[in-house]
Amino acid sequence: MNIKVLGSGCKNCIRLEKNVLDAINSLGKVATVEHVTDYSDIVSYGVMSTPALVVDGKVLFSGRVPSPKQLMELLG
Amino acid sequence: MQIIKDIFIWLNDALLKMTWLQDLVNSLLLKVFKIDEAGYLFKGLSFFLYDVVKIFILLTVLIYISSYIQSKFTPERTKQILSKFKGISGNIIGALLGTVTPFCSCSSIPIFIGFTKAGLPVGVTFSFLISSPLVDLASVILLASIFGWPVALAYVVVGLIIAVAGGTIIDKLHMEKYIEEFVLQGINEAVDGEIVIPSKKERREYSWDQVKTVIKKVWIYILIGVGIGAIIHGYIPQTIIEAVLGENNPFSVLIATAVGVPMYADIFGTLPIAEALVLKGVGIGTVLSFMMAVTALSLPSIILLRKVVKPKLLGLFVFIVTVGIIITGYLFNLFGYIFI
Repeated sequence: MNIKVLGSGCKNCIRLEKNVLDAINSLGKVATVEHVTDYSDIVSYGVMSTPALVVDGKVLFSGRVPSPKQLMELLG
Repeated sequence: MQIIKDIFIWLNDALLKMTWLQDLVNSLLLKVFKIDEAGYLFKGLSFFLYDVVKIFILLTVLIYISSYIQSKFTPERTKQILSKFKGISGNIIGALLGTVTPFCSCSSIPIFIGFTKAGLPVGVTFSFLISSPLVDLASVILLASIFGWPVALAYVVVGLIIAVAGGTIIDKLHMEKYIEEFVLQGINEAVDGEIVIPSKKERREYSWDQVKTVIKKVWIYILIGVGIGAIIHGYIPQTIIEAVLGENNPFSVLIATAVGVPMYADIFGTLPIAEALVLKGVGIGTVLSFMMAVTALSLPSIILLRKVVKPKLLGLFVFIVTVGIIITGYLFNLFGYIFI
């Protein structure tokens, strides 16, 4: 699984990255997690509210920070 | 009719102004702590306790409700709606959508790039960007709780007029050439992300999450704001404040705007200061100018915007909004007696 956290590096984006790592650890999945901070890259996904999560090239959600538990459901 | 009016007044007093809370705080200070009612300490403490509790109660309820409404209006959807309107109706819809779209200053750049790449006129984008921080649901209701509904509604109308006029002027001056080149690359061919409308459960979770995030972010501003308000209310003599910001000083609005523009504070922290100033005889226009300047413009957001627009457009944007705020201030000082 390839996971990208889109966000300019604001507080919420860092929180999301941490929650994603927690969720993956709990699920025991193998995944690469990147943090995309470049604005033109972020917008190229059609995303305008940060942070957003892209899984295998598809936008899963944007503009919110789900808890690790919610993320386990989404990524599981 | 009288009954409906009475019910409305009762609801307004109990839920928005929370007059019961003021009574409770005052009798607590008077009977339990035996503080002299005529003293400065009583005035300051009463203001501080009442305002802190009131603002936190209102904030929790309001952020929940407005986030629930806002969770339907994502920027992605706003972009889709806006692309259907042309000319000044685009500016008006842009300004209106700005009031209900969730906004955080760290999102303003992706929104700007996304709107521009979708082919929206630069003026429509600016109408949206001006109204978004200026007029928002929670702060308008808080404003109504402190200054009453006429002032709150007037604030909304003026905020929207500044947003529409600002965007229209930027359009008419053909400022699109002052957008940074990288934003304009690949215009009209941006991929539309899939628009996912969240379920009711997701919206409730989002709203509760927003309440926690916002309160965590603004509580310190509120305490500082109410603290400053309490000091103004209790200790600073009326004569000094009237000399600097009073209606007899023709520069009061200019001073209030100049202080407010570079400031980065939250509207919720600014309101208690505004409240204390009005109680000390400062004109409503001067106070509104201060609040609008604090929320609409701030140094961090101006620095962020510089990444996507060139200095000329940035300067025009700051200039238009500042002038709009100053005009608003003087008009309200002249005609404000209608509202209070």
